[in-house]
Formats: sequence, structure tokens, C-alpha cells
Amino acid sequence: MSEGGLIVARNIVKRYGRKRVLNGVEMCVPQGQVMALLGSNGAGKSTLLRIISGLTKPDRGEVLLGGISTHKAGHEIRRYIGLVAHAPLLYDNLSAWDNLHFFARLYDIQQPADRIEAVLRAVDLWTRRHDPVRTYSRGMTQRLAIGRAILHDPPVLLLDEPDTGLDPNSAETLAQLIRMLSSGRRAILLTTHNLERAVAWADSISLLADGKIMWSASTEGLTPEKLRQAMTELEL
Amino acid sequence: MRKKTLSAEPPPLHSAQIDLAAHPIAMRLNGGVFAYLGKVAAVLLKDVRAELRGREIFSTMTAFSVLAVLIFGMAFDLRVPRAEMIAPGVLWVVVLFTGVLGLNRSFGAEVDRGTLPSLLLAPVDRSAIYFGKMLANLLFTLATALVILAVMFFVFDLNLFQPYNLAAMLLGVIGYVGVGTLFAALTANSRARETLLPILLLPVMVPVFVSGVALTASVLDGKAWEDLSQWFGILTAFDAIFIVVAYLLFDLVWEDG
Amino acid sequence: MRSIATHPHPVGWRGLDLLQLVLSALAVAAMTVSMWAALYYAPPASNLAGDEQLAQRIFYIHMGCNIGALAGFLMSVVGSIVYLVKRDLDWDRVSQAAIEVGLVCGMGTILTGMFWAKPTWNTYWTWDPRLTTSAITVLVYLAYLLFRNGIDNRHTRARFASIYALVAFLSVPLTFYSARIFRSIHPVVYGAENVDAQGGFSVGPTMTQALHINLIGFCILFSALLVLRWRQLRNEDAVAELREEIA
Repeated sequence: MSEGGLIVARNIVKRYGRKRVLNGVEMCVPQGQVMALLGSNGAGKSTLLRIISGLTKPDRGEVLLGGISTHKAGHEIRRYIGLVAHAPLLYDNLSAWDNLHFFARLYDIQQPADRIEAVLRAVDLWTRRHDPVRTYSRGMTQRLAIGRAILHDPPVLLLDEPDTGLDPNSAETLAQLIRMLSSGRRAILLTTHNLERAVAWADSISLLADGKIMWSASTEGLTPEKLRQAMTELEL
Repeated sequence: MRKKTLSAEPPPLHSAQIDLAAHPIAMRLNGGVFAYLGKVAAVLLKDVRAELRGREIFSTMTAFSVLAVLIFGMAFDLRVPRAEMIAPGVLWVVVLFTGVLGLNRSFGAEVDRGTLPSLLLAPVDRSAIYFGKMLANLLFTLATALVILAVMFFVFDLNLFQPYNLAAMLLGVIGYVGVGTLFAALTANSRARETLLPILLLPVMVPVFVSGVALTASVLDGKAWEDLSQWFGILTAFDAIFIVVAYLLFDLVWEDG
Repeated sequence: MRSIATHPHPVGWRGLDLLQLVLSALAVAAMTVSMWAALYYAPPASNLAGDEQLAQRIFYIHMGCNIGALAGFLMSVVGSIVYLVKRDLDWDRVSQAAIEVGLVCGMGTILTGMFWAKPTWNTYWTWDPRLTTSAITVLVYLAYLLFRNGIDNRHTRARFASIYALVAFLSVPLTFYSARIFRSIHPVVYGAENVDAQGGFSVGPTMTQALHINLIGFCILFSALLVLRWRQLRNEDAVAELREEIA
């Protein structure tokens, strides 16, 4: 992998009509690290995640995943990305098993049954695997969405507010998952509104405001209070 | 075919439930034609399975098509002495109008439920999504067409289950969903999706419509293959041209979200 | 490349303004000459009489409109392909302008044809392949304009419209071919003889001259309108861009 980090964003600019949502975002998440991205609603966190995942094209700038520009790479680069978005990205008429089986085929996973079982057990949905997703609670859907994102074991994980709708137990499962996944060769970029979780889960924190990364710091020695203070100073 | 194993490091765990690392996964990279076809089939089966569980598309299409045949039958009943005179027109009009309902849901359901990104995120050539969706639409439309033929059999007392007519319907519907799937993708994100798709699609479908009507009429008149062949030629040409064009252009639809 | 107004607009007279002025003046002159040629210079068709003979003069204008529509739709294909390759919005504007002007000409073709058909065929409309094709083509391109309106993002609009314009254009020959096998009573003035045709006439040398004058005249009119509309669309986008910047 490249020196700069597994996820590198260079001078990302994105406009939606009148508004410049992102105005020169620079960021870098090294291998084995978790970065939490904070910012107020509409600051462009989701847009940035969509751009890194390749769903949205930036007006300017480029995204490098493991040193490869997503702009120039073919569709194989998408194999290395897992995304949890606001929408669960699941087919609600299908069961959890059918959903994951479909994605396993799209991602060319061999012996999908073993992998699906492992993932469903990891997100604690194994017993409900044959129920249609529309019968799931918000938290269960969210857990399955996370399962979908890690199904193909991507080195780059992008989690857009993965903790919304999760009860404390599920949140603890998610925290364990993140801890486990961040070891080794992966890089995780997540957004959240919960400062305590951001500090607890991430290795570093970046604040996104006015279309730019205004502040970043390592979570070593950082407390939620200090983080809140930094955000107040930036008028967030 | 290269095989690459991606495995997670053994993690320090609190919960015994999490045993992801126990199952390192193998993904087949650059799998070639068979992997491509496998993905086409996956998209097709996903749509069919969702339809079997949700029963949204096919039921609406059949209900509408039965209704349309009955309304046409009643509308022409007083002035048209024999059903053969209007049957070809009724058949193809109903097929084309009903098909739009299914095509609208093809990408419309994905957009409404926010599942479209999951297809676009997959390491799949976009054309595999096109062919998968197209085959699903083909299946739904052909199934509806069979229902229409059955209704016409009883209402108009006409047997249109004849080999040449069935062949004409197959070729016509292939061309129809070939263009229709591309246009459905184009209109999926637009505000007036439901009304826009027929306006875009139907004028382009005139060759299919004209050939279809001519073929069904010729079959009813008991004409020989020599009279039918040029119409089959037009339908085949239409299918070939537009599926290739849609295959080439489909990738351009998804450039940004 | 992602900017909408690709070129800043300078104040004062520039090449395009001059081209515009010259083309417009030429178009006015050309249309005057064309009308004179169609209505006065061309001799009456000797094999026709009464209303039919009078109506025959519409043929020159009919053909003129026809060439304008043809030029417009061909131009839209060029614009769409170049746009999809270069992603320069100027070419998308070429496409849109060409289709709009082509649509006006196409509707002109249909209307003049209908006014001619009433005295000649004793009906405004029949399902002749040329009529069918022209009507369907006009509908296809009206759909193109409606489709554009429904897409907010300027670049998405250009891309989707180009894709549609290409597919739509490809269907036109097949529509014509299938409608022709279906049935035909339209006179074929040039090329193959059609024994069932009604209202045909033979073209003498003066009539050919009048026709050529009209074809050239309408081509000049088409170019003038195309450039005018193209610049208008450019200004529209530039205004929209400026409005975004001050907002």
C-alpha cells in the first residue's frame, strides 16, 4: 500500500447547484486506523463518503484507495470498498439470507454459505435469517446493513452514521466489530454525531465544516469534553 | 482464474458470536464470461425472487392488461362485427401499455427504496445489471403477454397461441424491454418518471408495434411464411440494433449519482 | 471542464455576433427569393387543375421545411455523439438547438403536407409511411424536450438527452421502413415509381430551379435559426451560472 494511507482524498470539490458542499477536502486514513468524521448536518459528510465510495463523482480532485485512483480504476476497485449508507441498501421483500446471498454472487464470493453464516452471526441476526427485511426493526436493519458492507471483507470500510437506531447492546456489538476490523490491513472512515463514541471508537478525528477539514487530532489523550470545546471554538 | 484470499486477522474478542475470522473468504477475481453471466443471473434471480415475495409488478400488470382487453372489447363491440378485425391492434397496444408498468418499477423500485447504490457499488460491469434487469423485465412482460392471450382467447374467441404469433411476441417483447430497460434507467431518477417513460418509449417502439400488428394479422389471415418473413426481419433487426446500442450506452447512465 | 459556461462572454462585437448578423440578413433575403420562386417563378403543374394546381406550389415550401427538419435531426446526432465523447456542454446545446429548429421545420413539413393533401387526396391525414414517420419523429423529439425539462443537474441532463437522442434517431429509419411495408399512397417525385401514388406531377427544369432555390433558402434559414438558438442557450446557461455565483 502507498505511503500516504489506504484512503486518500485530494482536494475534493463538489457542488450541488448553487451550493459548494465540499471545497477542497484533503484527508488520509492510514492502514489499520479508524477515522471519525464529525460535522453538523449538511456539512457534506455523506457526500464525501459517497465520493470516496465512487457513487458520486467529484467536480474536482481525486480519491486514492491503496494508491489507486478510483477515477481511473475499473469496476474491480469496488471490490475493496464496503459502504454503510443512510439507506440500508437492502431489498426489504427478501430475507437477510437472500439479500446476502445476492450480494455474495455479485462479489464473486466462493462458498458463500459459510461466509454468510459468519457474517449473520457476527451481526447477531442468524436466528432471523429467513425473515423478510421489512419485518426487521430499525436496529436490526442497520445491523444487517453493516453485515452487507463487510460481507466481502473490504479493506476500505465507509460507515455513514452506523450507530443510528442501535440500542446499547447492538452499539457494543458494532464497537467490537469496528475494533476487530480495524486491526491489520483495513482502514475505516465513519461519521457520527455521538462525540463519546467517536472518541472511543476512532484513532483520529476530523471535523468537516464549510466544505473543508477544519480540525483534526488523534484521539490519544482526547476526551469528549476537549472535543466538544474544539467544536465550540469552530462554531459547530 | 486467479484466486485471492482475503482474511481478517484473529481479533481479541469479547463476544463468542463474532467468528468472522474463522471463515476466511475467497473471491474469484477477473472471472471472465462465466462470472459475468453469473452476475446477470444473480440480478435476474434477485428481481424474480423479490417479485415472488412482494407481488408488486406482475399482479399490477395482469390486472391492468385484463382490464384493458375487456375495455377494448366493450369499446369496439357495437361497431366491429368480427373480433379478428381489431384483435391484432388490441393485443399489441395492451402489451406495450402494460409493459410500461413493469419497466417503471424495474429501476423505480430500486430508486424508491434506496437500493440502487448497492447495485452500483458491486464490482460488476454495469452492462451485467442491464442484462439482468432486461431479462427480468422480459420474463414479467412475457408472462403478462400469455395472460393477455388467454383472456383474448375467451373474450374474443380467438386462438392466438399459434407458433408464428408466439414467435412474433417473443421477438417484439425482446426489443421492447431492450430499449425499455435503458429508458427506465434514464427516467428512474426523474421527477415525472411514471408519465415520462411511456412518452419516451412508445414513439421509439413504432417499428415493433407495426411489425407486431402486421404479424398477428397475417397469422389470423393464415398467411404463409413468405408473407411473414420480412416482418420477422424487421423485428430481428430492431432487437439486434437496440440491444447492442443499449449495451454500449448503459454504462454512461450511471456516471454520477 | 465541469463549468457550465465554458467561455466567458466578452462585451462588444465579436465573430459570433457578425456571423449571426450576416446569417440573419442572408436568411431574410433567401426566404424572400424562395417565396418568389415558389409562388411566382415556378410554372403551374400542367397535369393538374384548379385547387390541386394551386396547392402544388406548397410542394417547394414543403420540401424546404423537410430539409430543415432532416438537417436538424442529423445535426442533433452529431451534437450528441461529440458531447458524449468530449463532455463539452456547447455540443449539447448544438443538439438541443438543432432539435428545436428541426422540430419547427418538421411541424412545418406536416402542416404544409396536410394543406396540400386536403385538395389532392381529399383528406388531411392518411397513414402513409412518410406521414407516419414524420409524425412519429416529431413526437420522439417533443419527448426529447420534455425529458430534458425533467432533469435538474445540467450535466446529467446533457448526458441523458444525448443518449436518448441517439436511440431515438436510430429508430426513425426502422419506423419508416416498417410503415412503408405497411402501406403507401404518397407520390414519389424522385426515384422509384409508385403506381398507387395519387397527386403526382412531373418536374420541369424551371420547377427544379425553384425547388433548388427553396432547398438552399431553407438551409440558410435553418443555419441562421440554429446559430441564434445555440447562442441563446449558451447565454441562458451563463445567466444561470452567474445567478448561482451571486446566490
